[in-house]
Amino acid sequence: MRYLPHTDADIADMLSTIGITAIDNLFETIPADCRTSQELSLPDPMTEWELKDLMTELSQANATLPETSVYVGAGSYDHFIPASASYLLSRSEFVTSYTPYQPELSQGTLQAIYEYQTLIARLLGMDVSNASLYDGASALAEALLMAVRITKKNAVLLSSTIHPLYRRVVETYLAPTDCTIELLPMTQTGETDATTLSGKNDYAAVAVQSPNFFGCIENLASLAETTHENGSLFVASFTEPLTFGLYKNPGSLGADIVCGEGQSLGIPRSFGGPGLGILTCRAKNVRHMPGRLVGKTVDREGRRGFVLTLATREQHIRREKATSNICTNNSLCALASSIYLASLGGTGLAELARLNYDKTEYLKTKLKKAGCTIPFSAPTFNEFVVAMPDGFREKYSGLAARGIVAGIPLERLHPALDNHYLICVTETKTKGDLDKLVTEVTT
Amino acid sequence: MKPTLGTSGLIFNEPLLWEKGKKSRYGASLPRRDVDEAPIAQEYMNDGLDLPDLSEVDVVRHYTRLSQWNFGVDTGMYPLGSCTMKYNPKINEAVAALPGFSGAHPLLPSGLSQGMLRMMYELEHHLAEITGMSAVTLQPSAGAQGELTGMLIMHAYHTSKGNPRSKIIVPDTAHGTNPASAALCKYQPVPVTSNSNGILEPSAIADVMDEETAGIMVTNPNTLGLFETNIREIASIVHKKGGIVYCDGANMNAVMGIVRMGDIGVDLMHLNLHKTFSTPHGGGGPGSGPVAVQDFLAPFLPVPRVIEKDGIYSLSDDSPQSIGKVHAFYGNVGVMLKAYAYILTMGGSYLKKASQLAVLNANYVKERLKKIYHLPYDHPCMHECVFSDKNFVDNKVTTLDIAKRLIDYGFHPPTVYFPLVVHGSIMIEPTETESRDDIDQFIAAMTSIAKEAQSDPASLHDAPQITKVMRLDETLAARKPCLTG
Repeated sequence: MRYLPHTDADIADMLSTIGITAIDNLFETIPADCRTSQELSLPDPMTEWELKDLMTELSQANATLPETSVYVGAGSYDHFIPASASYLLSRSEFVTSYTPYQPELSQGTLQAIYEYQTLIARLLGMDVSNASLYDGASALAEALLMAVRITKKNAVLLSSTIHPLYRRVVETYLAPTDCTIELLPMTQTGETDATTLSGKNDYAAVAVQSPNFFGCIENLASLAETTHENGSLFVASFTEPLTFGLYKNPGSLGADIVCGEGQSLGIPRSFGGPGLGILTCRAKNVRHMPGRLVGKTVDREGRRGFVLTLATREQHIRREKATSNICTNNSLCALASSIYLASLGGTGLAELARLNYDKTEYLKTKLKKAGCTIPFSAPTFNEFVVAMPDGFREKYSGLAARGIVAGIPLERLHPALDNHYLICVTETKTKGDLDKLVTEVTT
Repeated sequence: MKPTLGTSGLIFNEPLLWEKGKKSRYGASLPRRDVDEAPIAQEYMNDGLDLPDLSEVDVVRHYTRLSQWNFGVDTGMYPLGSCTMKYNPKINEAVAALPGFSGAHPLLPSGLSQGMLRMMYELEHHLAEITGMSAVTLQPSAGAQGELTGMLIMHAYHTSKGNPRSKIIVPDTAHGTNPASAALCKYQPVPVTSNSNGILEPSAIADVMDEETAGIMVTNPNTLGLFETNIREIASIVHKKGGIVYCDGANMNAVMGIVRMGDIGVDLMHLNLHKTFSTPHGGGGPGSGPVAVQDFLAPFLPVPRVIEKDGIYSLSDDSPQSIGKVHAFYGNVGVMLKAYAYILTMGGSYLKKASQLAVLNANYVKERLKKIYHLPYDHPCMHECVFSDKNFVDNKVTTLDIAKRLIDYGFHPPTVYFPLVVHGSIMIEPTETESRDDIDQFIAAMTSIAKEAQSDPASLHDAPQITKVMRLDETLAARKPCLTG
């Protein structure tokens, strides 16, 4: 077995150093009634080549490009990843290293995370980003728990336009706490109903997603203002960070905490994970923030270096009084997003974002012309809702079988949106693809 | 004498990203623009982003240089206790990156995701077999989230019985995540001290276990590297009061194919795929922390569950008692693929052998070093052993100094100052993938450092000396936080 380097002679020698004769003697401290008498019932060991065949077969039993054209976003987006980015990310000094507790031999990871924190803070218009969390949904849950700690109020308001699966995660995290969740309704135009916010004074936070689950850009500035008048913190969530290459970021619109999913930034979809939980806040609240933080410092000779810092917030020091139980970040995914942002640059990101927008508008316009209805009038980025012609449901499955997944049906999540589909267009779709989709959907 | 592993070589200084580059450089190929610009609501648009523009070569050199400042398992031995830094097989990386996996969208009709669903279904079953439990969720993203999931399940179970209960027993050897995870469920941790042999006494548990206590969180083998020999009796005490036995599976690498936790009284446990099942740590994640449960807790597992009928796999939300969701989708599937590949490569026989060799390596290190380093609990250990700096107090040499000096010898330091029950602890977990030759070299380094501690303590106080930076001012970093540039 190539991962187990011991020869029989090594084993015999080592056993004799320990003073025993058989490897089973090593386990004699375990009571006999705790040891299992049976061999594990698992498939026989595979060779590398058998494994490769099996995994190739399994990988081909999933719908992906080029055989399938998927127009689905909803929190997981299809973007091109430069070969140079994947190549750099596979360097084993990044992949096979541990959490950088020993800074002298982890400066690569530490500087990269410091750069990540900076790039993300700039992208979102915030003061501080942590070193990342698990995913966008748990980041929203952590953001709300953070708001509860800061304000010491025990209720939160969630917009009903937040990704429904994110809401499920928030509900799970908050279930055993005393914190209650209330929902803000949505308007006919697909946005959070701001009028329902007035007079709601006893809440730790108001959380709104923009672009929201339906792809609509929310009026964050106005929502943040009312939230602040009510004495609550404004939490802005997102699932598509590429948006901020084009649109104003939540930090510039008054958000106190900005959190979301960073998968779009150079991380493959991988059936939904691993992704990148992004969490940022204002400088004054940093000590309430969960998760790892990297800070700049100097070594004994005054050279610039980086360390994990403000650890007194964390579980290994504070135990049950910690800001969270989190003890890692999604470091490699944070690195992927930094490499991606560095590769595109500010200029490239703006161009790419605009291209996503323009292609989406192109499809939207063509669908409208072909007789589909676009029910929500708010501006969108690369995702929008379309009401399909009657009888489309049957056609949807037929199209999927032929390799076109025309968005996701919304009626299961929102029964009122019968025959409505959430469609996503990114730079990976050509004009020809979009024309074909319109023809297939409407004829 | 052979030269030490650690040496100095040519590495490069490299500025921060925004200290290099020039506006309007491109490091990526932009897709063709084949549609016209569409009208846009100007009031929503930004005025450009303050992100640096770099060329592809700028970016490649930047990250290549940064990577050279890092230590990884592929560079050398990582005897980091409780972290199981074993070798990360390359074939697993290759297969997990297959386009059919990496490009899969999580919300497609299940008919279009059969490969992924089958992998998840089978991985759940393999983990259930290894742990002796009846059901598994793969959804938690890391060990800590697995613990949280476990606590939520415990809370939901007790709530379904009419009283969520308010306390939980956490031994003093526990990882810091244990009390922190319990606190998220408003459970008050009740500390219990281990006995003079480093393990839990049933009577200590009986003294605190009552009907307001939700259960116990036990790490087995524990963080001293010792098997909790009274586990069956402890489980029975907890069960008699209606409590749940939770096992932190961080140290499973010691007992695969040797002990099945489900057979010895454990009701609920998490695993770390990035420890026991060889997936890489990635500089601190992504990990994966599946949770395995006994049958009576299965209804509380997160949704959706992967189910199989007549060879067709699908996702089911039909689980009214479920705690809900801890991840937007299904967890870190990209990590699961690597663990699945590892289990298929090893089969039952080599998994067992991996545990045997992990324990052999740790006992060998313990036996060879105990003459030189103070060993507070001198018993046969499992996959890790814990020393302390007690022998060097007179030389004013601490655990930290020993750890930093190891870097100069070309080894990653062990886990230091944990577990808390040993003052100045040095926790060594060699893992099974280190050969006897490499371990001998590690022992030689530790032996040499012990001599230096007496003859030349300054060489330890000033260590490391051949790294890119020397010891860093952590106080400054915390007192005047500079978290962005």
